[in-house]
Amino acid sequence: MTRRFTATLMGLGLAALLAFDLTTTPPNPYKAPAAVAFGSGQASAGGFCGALPN
Amino acid sequence: MSSAGVVSARPSSQGLRRAGLVAGALAAVALVALFVGARYGLMLAIGLGFGITLEGLRFGFAGPWRAMILRREPAGVLAQLLAIALVSVVAIPLLGTHPGELSGAQAPIGWAMIGGAFVFGAAMQVVLGCGSGTLVNAGSGNPVGLLALPFFAIGSFAGAYGLVWWTSLGALPVLTLRGSFGLGVTLAALALVAGLFWALGKPGTRRLQTRYVVAALLLAALGIGNLLVAGQPWGVVYGLGLWAAKGATAMGADLSGSAFWSAPGSVERLQSSLLTDYTSLTDLGLIAGAFGVAAWRKGGLSQPLPRYPARAWIATIIAGLLLGYSSRLAFGCNVGAFFSGISTGSLHGWVWFAAAFAGAFVGIRIRPLVGLEART
Repeated sequence: MTRRFTATLMGLGLAALLAFDLTTTPPNPYKAPAAVAFGSGQASAGGFCGALPN
Repeated sequence: MSSAGVVSARPSSQGLRRAGLVAGALAAVALVALFVGARYGLMLAIGLGFGITLEGLRFGFAGPWRAMILRREPAGVLAQLLAIALVSVVAIPLLGTHPGELSGAQAPIGWAMIGGAFVFGAAMQVVLGCGSGTLVNAGSGNPVGLLALPFFAIGSFAGAYGLVWWTSLGALPVLTLRGSFGLGVTLAALALVAGLFWALGKPGTRRLQTRYVVAALLLAALGIGNLLVAGQPWGVVYGLGLWAAKGATAMGADLSGSAFWSAPGSVERLQSSLLTDYTSLTDLGLIAGAFGVAAWRKGGLSQPLPRYPARAWIATIIAGLLLGYSSRLAFGCNVGAFFSGISTGSLHGWVWFAAAFAGAFVGIRIRPLVGLEART
């Protein structure tokens, strides 16, 4: 058995994760923020491992 | 078919495979940009860049720490410090001039944070994969990384679940180095630490190899890109915890008992696509980028899988859980706390580095005991 097998498993896992995500919470491109945060005037609002809950 | 025909067919199939990899990556970025948003497409592209850089240049965080501790080879750690310094030169001034629009990896120093960093440093040496390293390893078909990854995600979810309780055990206010003074102190401290590692290094191993310099430059450029596009620095573990949290809620779990997962920001992200979460996008890009490099390389996916005893796989599961749990308590992993924390002026990044490096000594001793390498 080679890494081709484990890499394939990883790919299938990601595909399953994305399929689950897109069916349960489909994205809406019309709600997308500006392409680049810098200079957009919008507040940074993403989740981050260094942040306490907001 | 003549033998010449067979030989000439191999390069063309390799070329086709490589063209397919490039086309697949471009298509993924374009689809996300089109159907989710331009910013999210850019973040996926940045994540792919991180994965390609780390796997393509065989660079990381756990390996260089191990090389320094076991063999006194400081070049890899020096390259990490160089990348951090380059990011800080851009990030710290911009955070001062664009508050709100840009945010740093700033977190409080506390008992749980220090303990979490120590445990993370140990666990990352057991599986020889840190936050980014586990994703890169999994993407390139490393079975230890592949097994550790889902447990890393579960651990990250669980760690975030109790984060507020752990932090209440005692923490300082967020301490940040800001402005020109903050940048000067950060660069001086990085130079001091680099000098210490250089002095401790074995003569003949101190010179930065070209691939390390290139890796440091690319990581710095991508790290700055991450900050400018997302408005926040490069992180890893939040995204993994979010994946597990979404899975838990889909299975009917009630997260209202967690101050973290029931906070308005968390609830909003749980109800949104992972493709709108910055750390999820760079995590996905890291995995896919590493896979792309492994598939691109001649024989990259043809390597036979290693054989380990059962206790090695059990240790991998436990280490995966600990990586996730401890990195939440520590307010980040080698990426979110060490790389992004220090480069955006957060003092917790420095404390994280000291605690995790101390933990690495323990992890290096545990690794052979659990059968993940031959005893020395």
